[in-house]
Amino acid sequence: MLQSHSVDVRAARPIIGASLLTTLFRSMTRIRTTEETIAELLDKNEIRCPTHLCTGQEAIAAGVCAALQKDDYIFGGHRSHGHYLAKGGDLRALMAELYGKATGCSRGRGGSMHLIAQEVGLLGTVPLVAATIPIAVGSALASKVRGDSRVSVAFFGDGATEEGHFHEAVNFAGLQRLPVIFVCENNLYSSHMHIRERRVKDNIVQAGDAHGVPGLRVDGNDAGVVYRTALDAVRRARSGRGPTLIECRTYRWRGHVGSSMDFDVGVKRKDELREWLSKDPVARARAALLEQGLHERALEEIESEVRAEIEDAVQFARDSAYPHGDELLEHVFFLEKS
Amino acid sequence: MRTLTYVQAIREGFAQLLASDPRVFVIGQGVWSPWYAGTSLQDMEKDFGRDRVIDSPVSENATTAAAIGAALAGMRPIVFHPRMDFMLLAVDPIVNQAANWSYIFGGQINVPMVIRAAINRGGEQGAQHSQALQAMFMHIPGLKVVMPATPFDAKGLLIAAVNDGNPVMYIDDRWLYGETGEVPEEIYEVSIGLAAIRRTGTDVTVVATSHMSAHAERAAATLESRGIDAEIIDLRSIKPWDRECVFNSVRKTGRLVIADAAWKTCGVAAEIAATVAGEVFDHLRAPISRVCLPDVPAPTSAPLEQAYYVGANHIVSAVEELLVRKEKAVAAGSLLPSSR
Repeated sequence: MLQSHSVDVRAARPIIGASLLTTLFRSMTRIRTTEETIAELLDKNEIRCPTHLCTGQEAIAAGVCAALQKDDYIFGGHRSHGHYLAKGGDLRALMAELYGKATGCSRGRGGSMHLIAQEVGLLGTVPLVAATIPIAVGSALASKVRGDSRVSVAFFGDGATEEGHFHEAVNFAGLQRLPVIFVCENNLYSSHMHIRERRVKDNIVQAGDAHGVPGLRVDGNDAGVVYRTALDAVRRARSGRGPTLIECRTYRWRGHVGSSMDFDVGVKRKDELREWLSKDPVARARAALLEQGLHERALEEIESEVRAEIEDAVQFARDSAYPHGDELLEHVFFLEKS
Repeated sequence: MRTLTYVQAIREGFAQLLASDPRVFVIGQGVWSPWYAGTSLQDMEKDFGRDRVIDSPVSENATTAAAIGAALAGMRPIVFHPRMDFMLLAVDPIVNQAANWSYIFGGQINVPMVIRAAINRGGEQGAQHSQALQAMFMHIPGLKVVMPATPFDAKGLLIAAVNDGNPVMYIDDRWLYGETGEVPEEIYEVSIGLAAIRRTGTDVTVVATSHMSAHAERAAATLESRGIDAEIIDLRSIKPWDRECVFNSVRKTGRLVIADAAWKTCGVAAEIAATVAGEVFDHLRAPISRVCLPDVPAPTSAPLEQAYYVGANHIVSAVEELLVRKEKAVAAGSLLPSSR
């Protein structure tokens, strides 16, 4: 398991109370431990589908989803285990999906890159970069047309902002003042390419203003900051004042896909990683909680509960049955008329 | 029953859907303007409001994907692309997303949306204002594709498409907008996947799509005057297509001409020909013939356009060629018995 050493806790400002920070800590710990367990299972070849881990980026999913209601909609991309878990997706069903089992959240048709948890508002994740940005605009449009108060969130990486999808979507959402929040997880890399190799300017946040939508750049490794920023955007969206673009600066500790570290790509990955390990969002929250007077034992209890839940989920996935080959043609079309 | 034009029938379908189902809304370029949709959406935004009839920025991708998102959230959107050519900018949402969504999530969620794509051919509009791309979308698992050829079907298939629960591409052809026919006043569906036999005959089966169906009926009249009795099938749905209707007709006539005013290579006609050859080969008494567009982009200059497009006369020629083959074969003494 990847671990941070000397942690810079200065940024973990006490802008939220201990109770909420504990919730965020638990959510992030659940994501972190799940991702690092999956890394081990990938190395053992127990999990074989293409899997993109979000270790190091946990504060964004945790912070944003904590600001949402259960029936708010979210969409994600190829690196979305964190979004699934933070919104409340079932851990057993996630793990079973990675194993290709019939009990998986997508019944073994999706794998890591196609996750769904409708019961908590996650309507889908897909790996086509930027694809779900305008789709989230559409679920927000549904809310506007029928007059409900749901908010939609699109999670995407910095690479997605290079697609036309992104600009069309932000412009249209701004024009229609839709209740949607664009959450860019800028981890500095798109696959093997550092942002400096892909853009003249490191100015994703300005795309908001260019399309008439407020753009905010925040420390994406500080769950409290992410939460507070998201909460403002949620209130804005829910009250009919339109969309917000939030650029969360972060770093993915592992490589683009699988458990690899990708030290052979991009620029100075090793040096960068050392720096970013010191901004570990989970360790920061942990340190902040200790500072706020929580006992070490209480935090260890959370960590141990999370580990037990993950062990159970892995066992569930291992024990579950695969889908049958004779089900191959099912679900191409939806049969129930309504 | 009343007589309406094809374009009036489309408009009535939209209006009845918007009036009867609060989940239905329309989004796309030019829906507030007669320049794009003809009169098919005229004043729709005045009747139903600009929140439900949404003219859009030049963003085919975003509007199509937004329709998907709205469908996932329980709405019944109709996204309008006034030219199929421009819809290619929305291929990711159509092919990767709408078509896949039900399958990749194990059938737990559906995308009840209609993608209305207009074919806008002729008029010296050239290569990028005139493409008929139904075959591309027929190729994709998870999409349904319909091509109404009559006012009755234009309304009934639109309503069936919205009610289907799956992503359905509804392709209308501007060359059909002035066609007239009887259209019931009430809201009704034409079943997706069912062809219509427009004329019964015994000598040859002509399967036609969209406006080629009208050409096929005209061709049949010419052929009748020459003593040839053609059966005309209007396919109506491209995917799924009515295999049994076509097979039964071919079993009877033994000859098949397929007319689809789109490119020949890998086209709708190729798919039908291959399927018929694979499934009812023993009933064929002649090779299968295709009346399609040549594999060339649409030209602009009128004489080139005239050479490019196909119509009733091409169907007549194709049928006569099949029957000439028969005469040649008889002369050579090699005709296989029809009971084969």
